[in-house]
Amino acid sequence: MRARVFVTLKPSVFDPQGRTIAEALHSMGYGGVEDVRQGKYFELDLATTEAANAKALAAEVADKLLANPVIESYRIEIES
Amino acid sequence: MKFAVVTFPGSNCDQDAYHAAKDVLGQQAEYIWHKDTDLKGADVVILPGGFAHGDYLRCGAMARFSPVMKSVQEFAAKGGPVLGICNGFQVLLEAGLLPGAMLRNVSLKFQCEHVNIRVEQTDTPFTGACRVGQVLSIPIAHGEGNYFAEPDVIARLEANRQIVFRYSTADGRVIDEANVNGSLENIAGLCNEQRNVVGLMPHPERACESILGSADGLVMFESVMKAVAHA
Repeated sequence: MRARVFVTLKPSVFDPQGRTIAEALHSMGYGGVEDVRQGKYFELDLATTEAANAKALAAEVADKLLANPVIESYRIEIES
Repeated sequence: MKFAVVTFPGSNCDQDAYHAAKDVLGQQAEYIWHKDTDLKGADVVILPGGFAHGDYLRCGAMARFSPVMKSVQEFAAKGGPVLGICNGFQVLLEAGLLPGAMLRNVSLKFQCEHVNIRVEQTDTPFTGACRVGQVLSIPIAHGEGNYFAEPDVIARLEANRQIVFRYSTADGRVIDEANVNGSLENIAGLCNEQRNVVGLMPHPERACESILGSADGLVMFESVMKAVAHA
């Protein structure tokens, strides 16, 4: 079973990379892109076939390693 | 006295720290491989600069799980002086030995230059030989030294006098123009509440001999030698 983990900077944290990307898009003429936040994306291949177990395991590794709770939050999707 | 210099795969300032302790100050020094757990009776532990574990994922994120870190945590919990320099500071943040986290420099550049930092606190083992307001010229070399913590954490750091160094001008003014990387409150270095664990982004070990452009970092090593001698 596959879990997808999306890690993003918390709203209170300034993202200098996202800002630079947004400015680049503006200079390319995409003024309609108001803001950009850059994040990280992980695909975890898990041994379990139970969605609940997969989600719990993905959350555990996200808490322990994939995300730093001081600056980041995460969201998990389970692929069935 | 004996300095332990931890070497992670990807550390690259371990030899500078070892050289400062052993050759410049004439003290004992030992490298400790990150998979070892014996600190070999060291009086001081240094987590050096570099790119531990390639800095993959986040700076210091994987280094905190290296076996040696359990021993460093225990050493720190007993009041042993621990200094994290640059990547070593990032490891201390990830390990929760110091609060907060590092973001990309606002310039988005890897910055390698001499900067001025003002000593804010002298009751730590690494600043005891400094005076409050003393300005040190010390090099930085980092891409992610933009210190961040939530406002309540910053308030607590101020209240507990845990901000040990701030980026400043050469005459000691802490202003935006001197803030090299965007750090909140110009924070260049911190200590924990017990004050025995200190982390900073600038590299004092690279500023211990005038031939290197500055010997201002030496005072931090002299400080800890005095602190250990009087402990």
